[in-house]
Formats: sequence, structure tokens, C-alpha cells
Amino acid sequence: MGYSFPEEVLEHVLSFIDSDSDRNSVSLVCKSWHDIERWCRRRLFVGNCYAVSPAIAIRRFPELRSVSLKGKPHFADFNLVPHEWGGYAYPWIAAFAEAYPWLEELRLKRMVVSDEALELIAKKFKNFRVLVMYSCEGFSTDGLATIAANCRNLKELDLSESEVDDVSENWLCQFPDSYTSLESLNITSLSSEIRFSGLERLVGRCPNLKTLKLSHSVPLDLLPNLLQKAPQLVELGSGLHTKEVHPDLYSKLAGAFSGCKGLKRLCGLWDVVPSYLPTLYPICFGLTSLNLSDAPIQCPELIKLVSQCQNLQRLWVLDYIEDTGLNALAESCKDLRELRVFPSDPFGQEPNVSLTEQGLVSVSAGCPKLHSVLYFCRRMSNVALSTIARNRPNLTRFRLCIIERFCPDYITLEPLDVGFGAIVEHCKDLKRLSLSGLLTDRVFEYIGSHGKKLEMLSLAFAGDSDLGLHHVLSGCKSLRKLEIRDCPFGDKALLENAAKLETMRSLWMSACQVSYRACKLLGQKMPRLNVEVIAEQGHPDLSPDEYPVEKLYIYRTVSGPRSDMPSFVWTMDKNPALRSS
Amino acid sequence: MEKPVVYDNGLNLEATELRLGLPGTNEPEKQTSTSARSKKRASPEMAEETRSKSSSCISDADDDAPPAKAQVVGWPPVRSYRKNSFQQRKGEAEGAGMYVKVGMDGAPYLRKIDLKVYKSYPELLNALENMFKFRIGEYSEREGYNGSDYTPTYEDKDGDWMLVGDVPWEMFISSCKRLRIMKGSE
Repeated sequence: MGYSFPEEVLEHVLSFIDSDSDRNSVSLVCKSWHDIERWCRRRLFVGNCYAVSPAIAIRRFPELRSVSLKGKPHFADFNLVPHEWGGYAYPWIAAFAEAYPWLEELRLKRMVVSDEALELIAKKFKNFRVLVMYSCEGFSTDGLATIAANCRNLKELDLSESEVDDVSENWLCQFPDSYTSLESLNITSLSSEIRFSGLERLVGRCPNLKTLKLSHSVPLDLLPNLLQKAPQLVELGSGLHTKEVHPDLYSKLAGAFSGCKGLKRLCGLWDVVPSYLPTLYPICFGLTSLNLSDAPIQCPELIKLVSQCQNLQRLWVLDYIEDTGLNALAESCKDLRELRVFPSDPFGQEPNVSLTEQGLVSVSAGCPKLHSVLYFCRRMSNVALSTIARNRPNLTRFRLCIIERFCPDYITLEPLDVGFGAIVEHCKDLKRLSLSGLLTDRVFEYIGSHGKKLEMLSLAFAGDSDLGLHHVLSGCKSLRKLEIRDCPFGDKALLENAAKLETMRSLWMSACQVSYRACKLLGQKMPRLNVEVIAEQGHPDLSPDEYPVEKLYIYRTVSGPRSDMPSFVWTMDKNPALRSS
Repeated sequence: MEKPVVYDNGLNLEATELRLGLPGTNEPEKQTSTSARSKKRASPEMAEETRSKSSSCISDADDDAPPAKAQVVGWPPVRSYRKNSFQQRKGEAEGAGMYVKVGMDGAPYLRKIDLKVYKSYPELLNALENMFKFRIGEYSEREGYNGSDYTPTYEDKDGDWMLVGDVPWEMFISSCKRLRIMKGSE
């Protein structure tokens, strides 16, 4: 073996390989490729912050520039994960501060980030550029102020949907006058007032600002000035609310919008005053993404707006759009790829709008590129689902939420098994599926036999027995994330398919019928899984072993049980005979 | 079509389950945090058409009582910030009554009514007609109220005076600050 492939050449080749799975494959070829690859990997994605420890990550990848971390399980979005469950960013950031002084990007999702963590970021990473905190919590505007004051090269600050403790309105002013590198700012979740003059000056001196998503505290009369200072904007999020309608403001706004020739994405528009909507008409043709899910615009105005957006690829909207609006969408927006329809009155007992399954059927027929759907409605039928499946075999994400639980096919009163069965059968590339309505074990039989590319499945109030869970775990070869609430699934299916759990990122089960005994058994049987029981009502040892646990979170890990659990989370012992501290 | 609820997993939770009803009856669905029973029937508050043609199909030997309309944690699955923005708007509608002032052109004093008492526009307009002893005309989207001198209007959150009946009822309730019955043409 005299010949050796020069490392530099391999490194150069690898620099063109971005995808994590490709890089993982490269590192499996041989020891030297593994070694070369790990030294030149720059981006790391950790889908579950408890699956690996900072130390292990750092040891393997010594030269990272960009890290993404996810913390809490998805169902935390719906208040099913108790407060103080975990997902702390600080230990990661502290470890990175030592190991990666050149770290540039941090993207955190559903994590708890303290002001101390933000301070570390601000002070320890000299070339920090991108901070995204999506749906995070635990920090205040003081932490943001430290970031603003210290991160000279910051390009992106994104606080989407994070809960921020608003203690000072001044934090934006902490960006020094010499700071001009901002490209993307998302402060939609801030609720209090901010210093508007600070915002105006910031926007004015950052020529590369492409994304500006403001909070609803920014008044409408500020918007024309901001837009005039940043006509190069590609993405804008703003309210369009005002107490009084000024014709003067209207024309200023219309002029400002017309000046933004490159605007492609628009969101916000909360509390929109409908008379201001025509100011948007000039930019509609250029829009590829429109998020009106915070805007209570009624159907007629929605139709007028949407029919002018012929290049729309993504629409998020409230069910005020109704079936007629969706028909108009299907006719006008032939490039539509993603549709999300949210409920305006999710807790109302009666439908408040005329939105049914027909709207979705229309869009599935009229929009050939539609591949991602999230749809809240109040009735569905098997025939509609089958039609949608046949119309759109290219669906990759299909999340249907029929608001009433256990809701059957409204025409035949049958379960919706056959309809969802058609979806998984025809949509062979389906990666994500959420079910709702009246469903028996049959639907899981369909999913198990057809859902071969399914990666994420969300279930609620569905199924009859363990057989349902068994079909899913034994049939869905690509399954990575399974989240279940209020389904009659128990011990048998879980224990029989224990090995499957190691091939997945995580399994969440709440209000199901998995007994404490089964959890303990699983913990012992599968040392590479953390089997965590969440029991806010007291230690499960205090009830008989046959009793079902409240909530269960199982995930594979290489770093053993958590060391930061709150008092209501217990990891099942992996080897109860050997108690090590 | 309708299968009896059977849990054949040996846990026999039914025997240990706490109930409020008489033995032998199933209690309505409440907070589902400890019980995972699924109720296999259409709920009575579904569309009128299903109720009329399907009384035999809905029959479920277990349960005669309608399900409790208690809110279940995390259902429907909407993000809490999304929940808040519309809950806050409906905030005035929640709680004990939603009284707004009602005035009529020519009437010497104002009245007050509780909007929460009414479930729809016809109910409200009927009540107003009775209260002020007048008749409102026929509503159409194009022409407003036809066939009478009186037009019901309301002041919304932005301070604008709007014609009653244009927006969905729920939206009207959450934005109506006061009512005024206008007499004669504008």
C-alpha cells in the first residue's frame, strides 16, 4: 500500500459536500476518511440535544462554525410538555465557548436560553454572525442588548416565536453607530415598545438588510420611512394597524411599497385595517410567500389580494379565506407549493366560517406543485381525502386537523381510515403526516404497509388497540419521529418493537396506556435509549406498576441519562442491579 | 361501522377508574389526561344533516349523554401565541355578559343589551326591534337593509361606524363597542 490519496485533495472534494447524510456516509468509508472528514466538517445538526453531549460533539468535530440544536419535543408547542422540562442551551454554549472561538452560527429551536448564555455568545465568539432562536424562552432584552453591543459582525438575529422578557426598550440602540452588517432581523415576538428612532437609524445604515420582521408595537406611520430606507428588502413583516385612517399615510405607504421592487415575502399584517390593503397590490405579483395567519382579513379582501399573487409559492392564511377564497387561490396561484389554513376560532363550538373539505379539494386539483399542506377544518370525508390523494400524489407533508375529536366522515359516518389510507397509498413520497378524526386500527394498517418514506407521524385520539401502534412501528421503515397523545396504545406493541426505537430519533406518548412496568422493562432492555417518564402527579413508584404513566419520552442517545432533569422526570434505570452515582 | 370500545390489554383500567356517574353508565368525556377511552360516535353538535339521517348510525349502547364540552389541553393543536392573539380579541366576550349601549335616532335615552345572550344576527335584530318598537328591513350584502327607514349600525374597535350584518357573528361580537339604530337615509 505505497500509494496514499493526498488529504488536501480529499478535503477539497469534501468542501463541496454539504448534506449531513452524505458527510456521514463519507466518514464510514474508512478510518482515514473518517478522520479527514471530521476535521473539515463545519456544520452540525443535533436534532435532540439530549442524544449527544457537547463533549462528544466537540471531540468528534473540532472545527465547527455552525451548530443547530433542538430541545423540547414538538408537542411542547401545544403545552403538553411541562414547564421546566429541560432543553437548556447554556451547557452547549459554554462548551462551545471553549472549543470553538470561531463559531459563527447558532440555531436553536425549542430551547431554554438564559441571558448568561447570550452574554457568552456576545463575548466569546469573535466572528459571530447568525443567531436564530426559534420558539425559545428564558432570556430578556438585556441579553439581546449584550448581543447588540458586542457582535460586530452579526448578520442575522431571528427571535421567531420566542418568549422574550421585555425589560428595556433600548436594546436596539445598543448596536453601535459603526455597526452596518445586519441582513436579517426578526423581532416579531417582542411585545413591548422599542425605541423607534433606534430602529430607523439601524435600518438606515445597514445597506444589506434583506429581512425585516417587526413586532406589532411598531406603528403603521413608521413603516413608510422604514421602507424608504430599505427598498432592497426581500422579506417584510409588519402590522398594518392604525387608529385613524389618514389619506396622507395611505399615499405614503403606497409609494413606499411600490419602491420595494424586490419584496418577495410578506407576513404580519395583524390588526390590518382593510382600507390599507390596496397599498399592497403593486407588490403582489412579485410575492412568493404570504403569511396572513395573523391577519383577520375577510374573504372578499383575501380574494382580491390573493388573485393578484400569481407567483405565490407559499400561503399561510386563516380560515376566513373560506372555500370560495380557496377556489380563487386554486385558479390564480398555479405555482403554489405550500398551503397552511389556520382556525380563526379554534375553541368555538360552531363553525364561524364557511370553510370545509371542499376548499382543500379545489386547491389539490388546481395547484399541481402543491406538496405541503396543513389544514384545520371542521368536517372531512373519505371521498374528499381520496380525491386529494389522487389529485396530488406529490404530497410530501400532509397535516390535517379536524377540530372536533373523533369526527367521522360527515357523509357516511364511517371512520376516516380509508381516506387517510388513500393518502399514504398514492403519495409515495409522503414524509410527514398528522391524522385526526375518527380512526380505527385499520388506518394504521394502511400507514404501516404504504408509509415507507414516512419520517414523522403525529397521532391524537385515534386507534383501538396496540395493533395500531404495532402496524406503525413494524411497517414504517423510515420513521424518525413519532408523537402520540390520547391513543389506546400500551405495553405489548412497544415492547415487541423495542429495537425499532433505536432507529428513530424519538417517541412521545402521553395519556396512552403504557404501564410503568413496561417503561422499566424497556429501560433495562434497551441501554442505548433514554426511557423517560414524566409524572407531575407524583413518583410512579407510588402507584402500582400496572398503572399507565402520564407521559413518556423515549429517545436514542450516546450520552446516557440526563443529568439536568426536573423533579417530575425520571429516566428508567438501564441496569438496576448496578446503581452508580 | 361502529365498533364497541374494547381494550384487550389486560390492564382492566375500567375497574379502577374513578367515575361520577352510576355504575353501568359511561360518563361524558372530560379531561383526558388519565383516561384514554375513545368515544366511537359522532358528537351531537355536528352538522344538522348528519343528525337527521343518522340517528340509527349514531346509536351507541354505552352513552346517552352528550359529551362535556370541556377544553382538552393542547387540542386543537394551535400554538399558544396564536391562541392568545384571538383569545385576547374575544376577551371582552368571555366572562359575565358583554353589555353594549344601544341608541336610536330620536329616542330620549340609551339602552343596554348583553350581546352574549344572542347567537346570531336574526336573534339580535329581533331583540332590538322589540326593545325600540320598530321594524328593520331585509338585509342583503349589496344593499344593506331594504324596506324600512331604520338601519342598525355599530361602532367597532377602530371607531368606525359599520353596518350590522356584514361580518361573521363572532367577529362582530368581538369588535362591537356600541350600537345605533339610524333613522332615515344617510
